[in-house]
Amino acid sequence: MTPKFQIQNLMAGFRERQILAGISLEIPPRGVTSIIGPSGCGKTTLIRCLNRMHEMDPEAYRTGTVLLDGQNLYHEDADPVLVRRRIGMVFQTPNPFPNMSIRENVLAGLRFRGRARTATNNNVVEDALRQAGLWNEVRDVLDGRSKILSEGQRQRLCIARLLAVQPEVLLMDEPAASLDPVATARIEDLIHNLKSDYTIVMVTHDMKQAARVSDHTAFFLNGELIEFDTSNRLFTSPRDPRTEAYITGRFG
Amino acid sequence: MPRHTDREYAAHLQQIREMLLEMAGRVEKMIADSVRALVEQDVDLAKRTIACDKLVNQSELDTDELCTVVLAKWQPMGRDLRLVTFALKTVTDLERMGDLAVNICERAIDLSSYPQLAPGEDIPKMSAIAQAMVRDAIDAFIHRDSDSARRIIGQDDELDILYTKVFRDVLDAMAGDKTRVARGIHVQSVAKWLERLGDHATNIAEQVIYMVEGTDIRHTSQAEEPKAAVG
Repeated sequence: MTPKFQIQNLMAGFRERQILAGISLEIPPRGVTSIIGPSGCGKTTLIRCLNRMHEMDPEAYRTGTVLLDGQNLYHEDADPVLVRRRIGMVFQTPNPFPNMSIRENVLAGLRFRGRARTATNNNVVEDALRQAGLWNEVRDVLDGRSKILSEGQRQRLCIARLLAVQPEVLLMDEPAASLDPVATARIEDLIHNLKSDYTIVMVTHDMKQAARVSDHTAFFLNGELIEFDTSNRLFTSPRDPRTEAYITGRFG
Repeated sequence: MPRHTDREYAAHLQQIREMLLEMAGRVEKMIADSVRALVEQDVDLAKRTIACDKLVNQSELDTDELCTVVLAKWQPMGRDLRLVTFALKTVTDLERMGDLAVNICERAIDLSSYPQLAPGEDIPKMSAIAQAMVRDAIDAFIHRDSDSARRIIGQDDELDILYTKVFRDVLDAMAGDKTRVARGIHVQSVAKWLERLGDHATNIAEQVIYMVEGTDIRHTSQAEEPKAAVG
């Protein structure tokens, strides 16, 4: 299987502070890969390097390469804006635009890119909301403000907004961290549904969630990739004692 | 391996280990006593051993319940998950071993009215092997020793060979002398149960290997043993 991402000797950090210490990792396509590890291990920095968001911090640095379908995302001709279109990100706290309606929120990404067209807008909105598992809950209030939605619905609205621009990859940074168990279950169900069409890379502190949702898992520690394997293997019989210590709570 | 961050979780896991050891120790004694009752025609010992089975059954229920609580509350992973699955599977084997010891005791009571088994007969040999396998399987669990567990699995063949020999000998004896049929049937049954004890000890040894290494060797010959259980 040709990997979706090929990460080669990726080093990244801020000024003198190194966070990623030469990561090499291949992420398979059309599936969920979870990145786990203790706070400060470089999980978020890694996924922010995957869609070139890391470099938006003026103090950030990076060396090494990230290939998406064999193309170097950091090639001098690669446009970071186009990269972020292909590789969208869902954040820990849902961030819909509060003064926009639900419909406008879904179309926001397209409007920013000048691709929203009235004739197809309704289809785009419905398709994206259906994919995000939100259509049946909001179909009658599409012109209401997003603030009428629950936290879990707002997170799915953000995912719908992302899906409307038809990305290839979804990066998720603790997508259910702020949600209650029912809303979390809906997000996990949504991830299960989306993984046949998208490559999903998810950062999570919740190992149980990583075990439930992901096909592959990478364990990071102090900026290093310690172990990458199928989630079935990694959560039952990890090869590295540091992974074993972390997943069984014998850490620190 | 460092200590658990969650001490209550660690205490529950330790309790599972201790309950398993207590149950295994009781079953090991039941097996030894059942064979002694048989060889020495000690009806009282056979009856006392049969009474122990209630405790073994209760241990199975208690261990299952604790494992279920741990699964529900902590969703263990890695070596802890393998310990809990080991416990859930092993208590079933241990409980069955207790039942087999009871069966042997019941036959010991029946056989007490027949001539004593001679020390040179194959039943005492089989019981010595079966008891050693059970004891070694429990020791392998205590010491997390997968190499010892592998050695136990090989011993099962000796029991199978002896059982086949006992079966033939009993058959020959019964064919030549009809008065020996009743005793022969009892002896053959005991031999079969000793052979099954070896099977259960083998099961436990296989589970020890999974618990220690994460390698599932069930239904494979040792020559084609897989490297990993999952993946």
